[in-house]
Amino acid sequence: MTTTMTPAPRGGFGYRHPRMRLAGLLTPPMLWLVVIYLGSLAALFLTAFWSINDFTGQLVRTFTLDNFIEVFTNSAYYVVILRTLGIALLVTLTCLVIGLPLAFFMARVATPRWRPLLVALVLTPLWASYLVKVYAWRAMLQPEDGVIAWFLSPLGLGGPGYGFLGIVITLSYLWMPYMILPIYAGLTRMPESILDASADLGAQNGRTFRSVVMPMVFPSIVAGSIFTFSLSLGDYITAQIVGGKVTMLGNVVQTTYVTNLPFAAAVATIPVIIVLLYLFAVRRSGALDNL
Amino acid sequence: MHTTRLLKIAAVGSVAAMMLAACGGSSDSGSEAAASGGSGGGAPAGEAYAGPVGDGEGQLNILAWPGYAEDGSTDPAVDWVTPFEDATGCQVNVKTFGTSDEAVKLMQGGGWDVVSASGDATLRLIYGDNVQPVNTDLVPNYADIFDGLKMQKFNSVDGVAYGIPHGRGANLIMWNTDKVTEPIDSWAPTFEADSPYKGSVTAYDSPIFIADAAVYLMATQPDLGITDPYALDQDQFDAAMKLLEQQKELVGEYWSDYTKAIQAFNSGTSAIGTSWQVIVNLAQADGGKVEATKAKEGATGWSDTWMVAKDTPNLNCAYKWLDWIVSPEVNAQVAEWFGEAPANAKSCALTSQTDFCDVYHAADDAYWQDVYYWNTPTAQCLDGRTDVQCVPYSEWATAWAGLRS
Repeated sequence: MTTTMTPAPRGGFGYRHPRMRLAGLLTPPMLWLVVIYLGSLAALFLTAFWSINDFTGQLVRTFTLDNFIEVFTNSAYYVVILRTLGIALLVTLTCLVIGLPLAFFMARVATPRWRPLLVALVLTPLWASYLVKVYAWRAMLQPEDGVIAWFLSPLGLGGPGYGFLGIVITLSYLWMPYMILPIYAGLTRMPESILDASADLGAQNGRTFRSVVMPMVFPSIVAGSIFTFSLSLGDYITAQIVGGKVTMLGNVVQTTYVTNLPFAAAVATIPVIIVLLYLFAVRRSGALDNL
Repeated sequence: MHTTRLLKIAAVGSVAAMMLAACGGSSDSGSEAAASGGSGGGAPAGEAYAGPVGDGEGQLNILAWPGYAEDGSTDPAVDWVTPFEDATGCQVNVKTFGTSDEAVKLMQGGGWDVVSASGDATLRLIYGDNVQPVNTDLVPNYADIFDGLKMQKFNSVDGVAYGIPHGRGANLIMWNTDKVTEPIDSWAPTFEADSPYKGSVTAYDSPIFIADAAVYLMATQPDLGITDPYALDQDQFDAAMKLLEQQKELVGEYWSDYTKAIQAFNSGTSAIGTSWQVIVNLAQADGGKVEATKAKEGATGWSDTWMVAKDTPNLNCAYKWLDWIVSPEVNAQVAEWFGEAPANAKSCALTSQTDFCDVYHAADDAYWQDVYYWNTPTAQCLDGRTDVQCVPYSEWATAWAGLRS
């Protein structure tokens, strides 16, 4: 008698309705992605085509290209766009020049026992508040009696002071861990045997680095550069604190977003476009799989 | 295959979001047209509370400049919010803001009952239909407020009061005595191309600073015919922007965060530039070798106003707060803590520093004669001219962004 009974179904509702289970799992993240994330981007883009009523300062929801025309024809904004791009590229380059050897040391030279400590050390700046770090740099960069100016004075040099260079130095410091970690991860993934093979085939260290290591960590470098580049592109607080009178795109958005939201939206669209172009360009490198 | 399906979902979702945004938009623009069209460009129609002020609703949400609504959390000795709660039963929730622009944005978002708005925010709030007229008869302490602060261009429209004056201050010229050895009495070293302080001039980083240039032009180029630095027609505005372009060559850095200004002046990074009384006090307390004065050309200044949100559910608590904050005792505490001239004449007898009102020129009408309180420029000239259009604040902001780029 017991043998003829059908076994009770195992599992709960989700097990019996796999499609419902999938929907339940995917709905919250998809809602987040589509409604909140893409939705707000779409709203931003849409707002950029509106204007405001000069008298009340309220939004006028009729289509106009005036904001984009203003951004791209007024030479002042042109200059900010180029300056912001320049800062982002220089920051990325600085992070790469300093971060690559450091990551290489961490991953391939230091003994495995030291690695977790080194990673932790690279991460420590991320534990401190952004503002504390930037204000610390403000003190160090102070034109006449800051630490950097004092350090350079025996060489007959003045400090970089507040301005373009100050922003590049500060942002490079801030985003350095974001460059080091992907490269470090890429380097640790590289099998030792490949380096041995290269040496067995007679390659010198330099040759191995150029022909074996670089092609393999290149996607990691690009992954790191996406962080440093896009984080720099959107920053405006650093420019306020150590930038002297130099401004970035974010500062333009900040100055205008309350009084002229559509114009601020048009300006804010620019870094989005630049980052999208950048992502499009690096897509083929495989970097996006390394993020 | 799988990716394309996800992409499709994403695409459909974003289109839906856009449609939602568009729908929300159309209904809003309708009400907006009604609001601005009905009154022919005047303030939106609205009735002040007829009173009487009854029992509190139990809570009050306050939007204030830092230092205006202290509950003892900054300094245990500085607390006038807790006694208010005890006296009225209105539980207070305070949020502070750093700039007038931020205050306007927060008020537009709703959820706040009262706000301490500076003159460059008040008209935006009034015309934006975010605040309601205030019935000053329901605020007994209003009677003791200095006449020079009542029914000004920035706190009333067409004879209707939109708030209760809180206090005022002038924007001063400040200098580091190590770098600037002779006393200064003019804005000239901060604007003129031959300034000896090139590279260490500082200026306030806000569109409203264009008015400071206009004040200087009023004294130096009377031909421009500027009578109100917040009512600039295109020619006058262009002249002010030209002066600011010239100033930019001299500027080492701009400030908007007042702690940054204190540090810059004390370290000598900034030798000379615009400042507030509270910055002078804190810098001197910090051992900084700085001096400040009101320039002979006149100055911009601020006069803050407590306003009531349009559709506040806590109207009684709001009126109780308006009366509380300008009462002689509390107004004296706020003025001393913040470093500004109190609005209530009776406060002068109650400050702990006996000459406080003299230092801040609270009752000195002559001092305020050439102080132009922050105001919101509108296309309809604030100085009453009707033959020209003035440059509205939104264009001040874009021009400032352009200057700073």
